[in-house]
Amino acid sequence: MSEQATTPEELLSRADALRGELGDSHSRFIEDIYQQAAEVADKVVSQTGQAGRFNLDRALDRVLTSPVWGLPIMVLMLGVVLWLTISGANIPSGWLATLLLDWVYNWLHTAFQAIAAPWWIEGFLVDGVYLAVAWVTSVMLPPMAIFFPLFTLLEDFGYLPRVAFNLDRAFAKAGAHGKQALTMTMGFGCNAAGVIATRIIDSPRERLLAIITNNFSLCNGRWPTQILIATIFIGALVPPVWSATASMLAVLGVAVLGVGLTFGVSWGLTKTVLKGEASTFSLELPPYRPPQILRTLYTSVIDRTLIVLWRAVTMAAPAGAVIWLLGNIDISGVSIAEHLVTFLDPIGWFVGLNGVILLAYVVAIPANEIVIPTILMLTLMVGRAAGADAGVMIEFDTARETASVLVGLGGWTLLTGINLMLFSLMHNPCSTTIMTIYQETKSLKWTTVATLLPVVMGLITTGAITWIARALHLV
Amino acid sequence: MEEQVRTEPLEEEKTTWRLSELKPGRIAVIDHLAIDGEERRRLMDLGMVPGTRVTAEFRSALGDPVAFRIRGSLIALRKVQTRQIVIKLVEE
Amino acid sequence: MEKIAVMSESNQALHPMCDGCARAQLIKMGINSGKWHFAVALAGNPNTGKSTVFNALTGLRQHTGNWPGKTVTRMEGLYKYGEYVYKLVDLPGTYSLLATSEDEEIARNFILFGRPDVTVVVVDATRLERNLNLAYQVMEIADRVVIDLNLIDEAERHGLEISARQLSRELGVPVVPTAARNGRGIDDLIKIVSDMATGQLISRPNRLKVYDSQFGQAVGEVTRSIESLYPGLPNARWVAIRLLDGDERIEKAVRTGELLNMVRGQNGDPAFALQGTAA
Ligand SMILES: Nc1nc2c(ncn2[C@@H]2O[C@H](COP(=O)(O)OP(=O)(O)OP(=O)(O)O)[C@@H](O)[C@H]2O)c(=O)[nH]1
Ligand SMILES: [Mg+2]
Repeated sequence: MSEQATTPEELLSRADALRGELGDSHSRFIEDIYQQAAEVADKVVSQTGQAGRFNLDRALDRVLTSPVWGLPIMVLMLGVVLWLTISGANIPSGWLATLLLDWVYNWLHTAFQAIAAPWWIEGFLVDGVYLAVAWVTSVMLPPMAIFFPLFTLLEDFGYLPRVAFNLDRAFAKAGAHGKQALTMTMGFGCNAAGVIATRIIDSPRERLLAIITNNFSLCNGRWPTQILIATIFIGALVPPVWSATASMLAVLGVAVLGVGLTFGVSWGLTKTVLKGEASTFSLELPPYRPPQILRTLYTSVIDRTLIVLWRAVTMAAPAGAVIWLLGNIDISGVSIAEHLVTFLDPIGWFVGLNGVILLAYVVAIPANEIVIPTILMLTLMVGRAAGADAGVMIEFDTARETASVLVGLGGWTLLTGINLMLFSLMHNPCSTTIMTIYQETKSLKWTTVATLLPVVMGLITTGAITWIARALHLV
Repeated sequence: MEEQVRTEPLEEEKTTWRLSELKPGRIAVIDHLAIDGEERRRLMDLGMVPGTRVTAEFRSALGDPVAFRIRGSLIALRKVQTRQIVIKLVEE
Repeated sequence: MEKIAVMSESNQALHPMCDGCARAQLIKMGINSGKWHFAVALAGNPNTGKSTVFNALTGLRQHTGNWPGKTVTRMEGLYKYGEYVYKLVDLPGTYSLLATSEDEEIARNFILFGRPDVTVVVVDATRLERNLNLAYQVMEIADRVVIDLNLIDEAERHGLEISARQLSRELGVPVVPTAARNGRGIDDLIKIVSDMATGQLISRPNRLKVYDSQFGQAVGEVTRSIESLYPGLPNARWVAIRLLDGDERIEKAVRTGELLNMVRGQNGDPAFALQGTAA
């Protein structure tokens, strides 16, 4: 018997010494476990029937990971999901808008007038809080109620690991981990969730890459923005039958650009501040499983769509209040909103956006979901105050009517639309995601990088596009 | 990639093979892992211990990684890893 | 391997006393905090259906998905069965207790230091051999272990027949076949977990014989040192094995005293464990 260690240091040095004596007997220990496991499995498992499904899986994998079809199928799947979302959401979005922004909105005004409530209470509650909530609901609910179930079906089928498998080489080239493809797809739902999902990446350097670039995955708060703006500005360029397809291609283009940026930024960081080699990668590819369609529909509508909508509503209500106050509190005869927009307009013009958009992105730091309601409310308030179409009650039953506000009152052009789509892809993460990044990295430095890098990239990109367009006299 | 271009007769002469050289559809038995530390352990956790049968199944769309069937599971590994796994070929 | 613990009770797994009895007594509490009598951990390889089992028992809706790594945080939920309340802990999947990514560490720390009353190892019936690696590792360190042989429906579809009774005999712990997605076998699982938690069912995990080897002796020596340095530390033996393996994180945890922090905060306020396990 050797004497027992009495301090941690002694313990460690004794363990060290023993390790030297032992050689690789520990490996033998694991080997023993496996040998035992194999013997037991052999005894208790018997193959009695046909192993049919393995062959089906193999055939599917041949196609889905094929050098020819693998990548096109991936883009096609995303395209189909987006097309179904865009064309399927169009009509219910219109209904919701009629219901919430027309009927209920007018009814609320009538009701408040009936009880003779002071104008500012009526305005604050109906034109502020309610309007923002109604807008966020009609813009978000239909697309998310279609997008989430479709995405979950792909997830339950077992397609996501194949995406990671197919893209791994590209990630390796960028110095990143193949599982970043998985965290990236999680980001398509919510970036905060995507950032937490990076825990599956065991190399700290590669995990940091995955965290910083997760923001380039469009999240549920940004898909509706993309869809609406694409429908208004891109879908309108083609005959109505092709409108959904054109919008889909535009949104798909932005999403794919996001994936490209993920690679590009990972590569750039690997070459500069996060130097290192791509480490190892081992990913289990699960069997394909036929999803339970009804249950998936139920859980993804109840658990995801409604939860996400609820978050959007709780963010939109105070935002609506703030916007109404900004628009109705005057300083030397002009509302605060107008002061701010007037101040931001030149900067906006410089980068091909406008003051309203920049102000909206400040108001929407807590949640991307409220960008569109904020833009619309600010455009209305500031536009009206500026005298254009004063007193006109605008209806938002269709995208075309929304377009008339943005173009008519806000002075938007196709270039503004495109730039907004790009800026929506490249700007700071929402505050929840920023907090999550801090919790996961415990580093102020990397949280700052993850926050500022995308905004700077976004402003440079939209600015460059704008000045090129201006130089070519396209606008 | 040049490993895959080698022709059959060489198989007789060659004594040590790496898992990275196993062509899709072929079976091998792991001889030993020529790595240490974390990585060795990771692979062992997945069931890659000497004596384990491995089948190369298919390549990813971009050529690397390759999916291997190991103890019933399908596991994707990059070439940098499979280069360090020494195997013995199994004749069918 | 000479001791073969044959448990008469474990046969109930295969022949439940009456259909739906257990389910009739199960109350899915649908909440994730409150007082509980027994803590039950759900361990297992990734993608074996732990979260699906969790949802079936607690009535909560933990996200599931067909890929390894869906769950990356520890999630707790309560259910009531008979007179006791059980805290079920859904963990990230892990291939082994030696793992190093953050999600796997969360799982490992709870299994090792969370002092669960019962550890359910959810294994994939179609990949039994690979899954038994973790099962053996858990059995090395825990006494009250139940094997949930999940995805049994898929095994059947592949024409695989698995003798749960024989597996139970080989491992020395109860084995419950389930198809959690359809709720099949969940009744039996609840019953066995309850019997084990209340001490009506005793398991004797068959451990690998490493004690007589040189490695086993080294493990023994280091374990004793750790026990005298940190009295009451759960699973000193596991810590010893890690030190002998040169695990830098564990070495650091010993050096900085962080080892004890790993143990704290795994199970909330221990006062909530209303006892029932004091044996
Ligand atoms: N056919 C069948 N599928 C199941 C069963 N249990 C779970 N699944 C499916 O298997 C997949 C994985 O289930 P999860 O519950 O997410 O697995 P998990 O063990 O929690 O996975 P991780 O969190 O990644 O470790 C899901 O697609 C489930 O629907 C079952 O008993 N039968
Ligand atoms: Mg899970």
